[in-house]
Amino acid sequence: MNYHWNWRIFWEPAPSGTGTYLDMLLAGLVLTIETAICAWVIALVFGSVVGVLRTLPSKTAFRVGFAYVEFFRNMPLLVQLFLWFFVLPEILPASWGLWLKQMSNAPFYTAAIGIGLFMSARVAEQTRAGIGSLPRGQMLAATALGLTTAQAYRYVLLPMAFRIILPPLTSEFLNTIKNTSVAITIGLIELTGEARAMQEFSFQVFEAFTAATVLYLLINIVVVTAMRLLERGVAVPGYISGK
Amino acid sequence: MKYFRMMGLALAAAFCAGQANAQELTGTLKNIKETGAITLGHRDSSIPFSYLDDNQKPIGFAMDICYKIVDAVKKELKLDKLEVKLNPVTSSTRIPLLANGTIDLECGSTTNNAERQKQISFTNTHFLTASRFVSKKSSKINSIDDLKGKPVVSTSGTTNIKQLTEANAARNLGVSIIPAKDHAEAFLMVETDRAVAFVMDDILLASLVAGSKEPDAYVISKDAFSKPEPYGIMLRKDDPAFKKVVDGATAALYQSGEGQKLYDKWFMQKIPPKGLNLNAPISPEMKHEFAHPSDSPDPDSYKAM
Repeated sequence: MNYHWNWRIFWEPAPSGTGTYLDMLLAGLVLTIETAICAWVIALVFGSVVGVLRTLPSKTAFRVGFAYVEFFRNMPLLVQLFLWFFVLPEILPASWGLWLKQMSNAPFYTAAIGIGLFMSARVAEQTRAGIGSLPRGQMLAATALGLTTAQAYRYVLLPMAFRIILPPLTSEFLNTIKNTSVAITIGLIELTGEARAMQEFSFQVFEAFTAATVLYLLINIVVVTAMRLLERGVAVPGYISGK
Repeated sequence: MKYFRMMGLALAAAFCAGQANAQELTGTLKNIKETGAITLGHRDSSIPFSYLDDNQKPIGFAMDICYKIVDAVKKELKLDKLEVKLNPVTSSTRIPLLANGTIDLECGSTTNNAERQKQISFTNTHFLTASRFVSKKSSKINSIDDLKGKPVVSTSGTTNIKQLTEANAARNLGVSIIPAKDHAEAFLMVETDRAVAFVMDDILLASLVAGSKEPDAYVISKDAFSKPEPYGIMLRKDDPAFKKVVDGATAALYQSGEGQKLYDKWFMQKIPPKGLNLNAPISPEMKHEFAHPSDSPDPDSYKAM
């Protein structure tokens, strides 16, 4: 292969004028982490609510939850971000649309919300599965003790359900981090975007994407380790995932 | 002892034979001769340099030039038949595919600059383009200074966004710069009023405007962010034999006046698939380049005399 390797490229000044190529990639990494955390908070909150809705006795709640999950789960993330960013401002009243378009940092907010809602459908499914995996007797016992439905979820069902779904939630968090790379489609220059920019400027393609791969791997290892510790910390002895 | 001497002789002979062969043909030319095929890398939407027509066949100004190079290679190697393979590339894949030998020439609209020449080589420049901006006529932006404090888009990872960043700092414009993924999306941002202007190579802007829903609604600025920069066809670095053939072919093409004819075909007449006409007359700098072909990455060397 006729390729001119140059690993020192990372310490050379980038033409964007903000420092070296390494600084460029690290700025992208920071943006990736910020986007992923915002999206993950949104995914957890909305996902938990919708997941609970799908297990409630009410038929309406079940249908609302079902529609939500199917809507966000069945459309590719790329298409969703595109719809949020380019189509939504056009169908809103003109003044709102203009406000949305002229908002600074619009790609960041759009990406965080768009990825958050997409992932929330998946978190909702995990939550529903977690609640569904509990013995029916727990809900019945809670009711017999005189707890309201809300109290039964708060004190009996959800604490156990969340412990059970911690391992799959780890995967979902990792997916959220990786999905932020789709946001380059709406102009969010995060880690993948910066790696692409770096290869366009310097033509050192392999070095740029190797660095991006290593950085993704590192954040994901940090997340996996942290989640392992969390799992161990909250484990209930004698139960699934407990010791 | 005698045995050793014979072995030494045999080795020397083998070595010399290898040397002689290496002098005959090396690198890409050797490869082409052995396989009887040459592979051209093409872009899919770089109008009018290299793009797909309605039959999904790559066509364009750079493609025509590449076919002329193929003819020259065929003549140089005295082949009766040379198969031409086509391989699509994007801005991210063009370097790896060229480096690993998948493609032999990249026929598109790649800017030739000194930093890129550390990785690959360019043949003689086939186009010169300056960095300008497109805006809606209705937003009444006539000069770079009119952009002050407004959102402006450019494609991420291009030299254009770099020039915009520099001008923004140097002239204290206070422009908020939006990076877009590709040209189509950047133009969409101007179309939907997310940005008032799009900074890009003027010829690409002309093709985007010509292909838009309302070509009359847009205007390309007179002000430029840069001197005209050269576009070149890429080939592998450190392959002097192949570069010589390619440079010779392109120089002959440009100097014979056929280059001008090809230019008029793609920039002054209706082009497939939609019958767009870019109406971009040849510049004095470009005329000078055709008369004195050069592969220099330095914009200053292309001044019309």
